[in-house]
Amino acid sequence: MKPRVAVFKFASCDGCQLQFLNAEDELLRLAGQVDLVYFPEARSRSLPGPYDIAFVEGSITTPDDARRIIRVREESRYLVTIGACATAGGIQALRNWADVEQYRRVVYPSPEFISTLSTSTPISEHVRVDFEVWGCPIDKGQLLAVTRSLLSGAKPVLPAYSVCMECKRRGNVCVVVARGEPCLGPVTRTGCGALCPALNRGCYGCFGPANDENMESFVKLLAQQGVTGDDAVRRLRGINGYVRLWRETADAIAAQKK
Amino acid sequence: MPSRRKRSRTIQVNYLTRAEGEAALHISMRDGEVVDLRLEIFEPPRFFESFLRGRDSREAPDLTARICGICPVAYQMSTVHALERICGITIDPAVRALRRLYYCGEWIESHTLHIHMLAAPDFLGCDSIITMAEKHREAVERGLRIKKAGNAIVAALGGRSVHPVGACIGGFTRAPGREQLSALRDQLLRIRGDAVECVRWVASFDLPAANRDIEFVSLRHPDEYPMNEGRVVSSKGVDVDVDGVDDFFEEHQVPYSNALHCKVKGRGPYFLGPLARVNLNFDRLGAEITSIARETGISWPSSNPYTSIVARALEVLYSVDEAIRIIDSYRPPDRPAAPFEARAGVGRAVTEAPRGSLYHEFETDERGLIRSARIVPPTAQNQARIEADLRDLAPGLAQHPQALATRMCEMAIRNYDPCISCSTHFLKLNIEEL
Repeated sequence: MKPRVAVFKFASCDGCQLQFLNAEDELLRLAGQVDLVYFPEARSRSLPGPYDIAFVEGSITTPDDARRIIRVREESRYLVTIGACATAGGIQALRNWADVEQYRRVVYPSPEFISTLSTSTPISEHVRVDFEVWGCPIDKGQLLAVTRSLLSGAKPVLPAYSVCMECKRRGNVCVVVARGEPCLGPVTRTGCGALCPALNRGCYGCFGPANDENMESFVKLLAQQGVTGDDAVRRLRGINGYVRLWRETADAIAAQKK
Repeated sequence: MPSRRKRSRTIQVNYLTRAEGEAALHISMRDGEVVDLRLEIFEPPRFFESFLRGRDSREAPDLTARICGICPVAYQMSTVHALERICGITIDPAVRALRRLYYCGEWIESHTLHIHMLAAPDFLGCDSIITMAEKHREAVERGLRIKKAGNAIVAALGGRSVHPVGACIGGFTRAPGREQLSALRDQLLRIRGDAVECVRWVASFDLPAANRDIEFVSLRHPDEYPMNEGRVVSSKGVDVDVDGVDDFFEEHQVPYSNALHCKVKGRGPYFLGPLARVNLNFDRLGAEITSIARETGISWPSSNPYTSIVARALEVLYSVDEAIRIIDSYRPPDRPAAPFEARAGVGRAVTEAPRGSLYHEFETDERGLIRSARIVPPTAQNQARIEADLRDLAPGLAQHPQALATRMCEMAIRNYDPCISCSTHFLKLNIEEL
C-alpha cells in the first residue's frame, strides 16, 4: 500500500502547500508514489486518517484550530510543519505584541461574529512536531527532499547554517560590506538560495533563525549601520518574529528604549 | 385538489475543496424556494490591516504579499502603486513595462493553476488533477508547462514565484538584463501553442448554460488591456477614478462570514475577475485573440458565469503574447527603482489581481510609517455575487441527487476562482480567550 499523505491548512496564505503544485516537473511522479488522501486545495475527495505523513501549513489562531491540530497529531505517524506560519507563528504572530485594549477600541461593525485567539502560535506549541521545514514560502526543492527522505524511511536533514554561506557560494556581492545595507543574512537560515542579496537588497529573514546565530554581535552590526530602536525592532519582528531568540532580542531592544 | 406536501432540502458543503482557503456552503430550501443560503467563510482572519500600522512603507510590499501565496504579485503591485502616489514618484517607462511583465507571469501561473488543478476536474468527472492525469495526461502536461512558464516570469523578476522579493516602491531592486529575459522569451514561445490549445480545450467543456443580469466591474485603460492602471468601470455605467470608488461601492458585514460583503451602492452585487475584464475590455485583446475568442462559439460580452474559465484561458494567451512583446522591446532602465522619499499622505490604488480588482489605501506619516491601511480583495467583493448565482441555481437543484447538486454548487462557486485566504485578512481583531 502506498503511504497515505495529508496536507492540512491552518491560518496561512496557502503559499507553502502551493509548492507541491508548483513542482510541475515532479508532481505526477510524486503522486504515483504516495496516496494523497487529504489535500482539500487540490482534491475534492477527502479520506479519513490515519496518515503516514501529515504536512501542516499555517499557525494556530482560533479555538477550533487549537483542537483540530490535536486530532491531526493523533492520526499522523509523521507530522511535518511547512513554512513560517506553522513553524514560527508567521507574520500574523505580530498580533502577539498588539495592545489588546487598543484593538478592542477599533470598532468593527459586529466584532461578536468573529472568533479568534489573541495569539498566533506555531504548531510545536500545541503538539509534538517530527520535522520542521522553514521558509516563507518553503523551498520546493527542500519540500521534495524531505518528502523523499520520509518515503525512504530516512530522517530528513536540511542545512541550518547561516544563509551567508550560500550567498558567498553564489558569488553575490555582500550588501552589508559593499553598500552598508542592513541584512538579516548573518542570523538567517539558509534555504532560499540567497535571493535578496542576489537581487541587490538585504535579507529580511523569511527562512527563520540559523542554528549558529550570534544575536549580540548582530545587534551591534545593525547599530553600526544606524539601525537601532524601533527600526531594529521592526526588522526582527517580521515574518519569523515570534521565534524565541529573535523575539527576545527585539523585546530587549524595545525595553531598552523605554 | 393536488396535495401540497412541504418538501425540504438541505445542501451542506462543510469544506469547499479545490479552492484556496477555507469556506463552507449552506443552502436550505422548502418547496423549491431558498429559505437560507450562506457562503460561510471560516478561514481565520489574519489582521493585516491592524499590524501594518506603524510599519515602514518600504516593508509593505513584503508584508502584503503574505496575504496570498497564489497572487503575491497583485498585493505587491496594489501596495507599491498606492504608496507611490503618496511619495509622488514617477515611474520609468521601462520599469512600468517590467511591472506589466511581472503581472503577466502571475496571471499565467494563477489562471493555469485554476483551470487545470481546480476547475477542469469538475468538467471531466475527476476528483483532482492527479486522477485527471490518468485519462487526460496530455492536457495536464500542457497545463503544467504553461504554469511553469508563468512561474519563471515571476522568478526572473522577483527571485521566486511565491512571495517574490524584487518588487519595491519605485520599481524593482534589480532590473533583469536582456539576455536573462531572452531565455524567458524562448520558453514563452515554446508554450504559446499550448496556450492556444488550452483556450480550445476549455471551450470544448460542457459548460452549463446561464444568462444572468450581472454588473461586471474591472479597470479600463485608454489603450491597454488593464493590469496596473486605469479607471474603475462597470457594465452598468460606473466610470470612476480610483479616488472616487467609495462613492460607488460599499462594504457590509454578515454574521456567518469572516469576509465583508461588497455591493454597488443602490444596486447590488458585482462581478470581478477574468470574465469581467474580458467583457469590459474585449477590444483591447488584439485581433488574433478576439478572433480565437469568437471561434469558441461564446458570444462576448458573456453573461454566463460558467464562461469564466474560457475568459481565464484567453487571459493566459494574452499574457503570453504581452510578455513576449514586452521582452522584445525591453531596454533596461537607467536605474531599477526611483528613489523613495518619505511623505505624509493618503494613497489609493486598484490593480487587476488574477481574481479581479484589488483595492489598497494607505495613510502614512512624514517618516513614511503607515498610519492606516485598507485592503479590499477581489474574493470579498465577489462573495455577494457568488451567493446571488447560488440563489439562481438553487431551485433547479431539487431534481438532482445530492452528490450532483453539491457538485453543481461547487462549480458555481469555482467560476470565481475564490481565493478565500485573501478574503478575510482585513477583519479587525476580536479577542476570545481559550
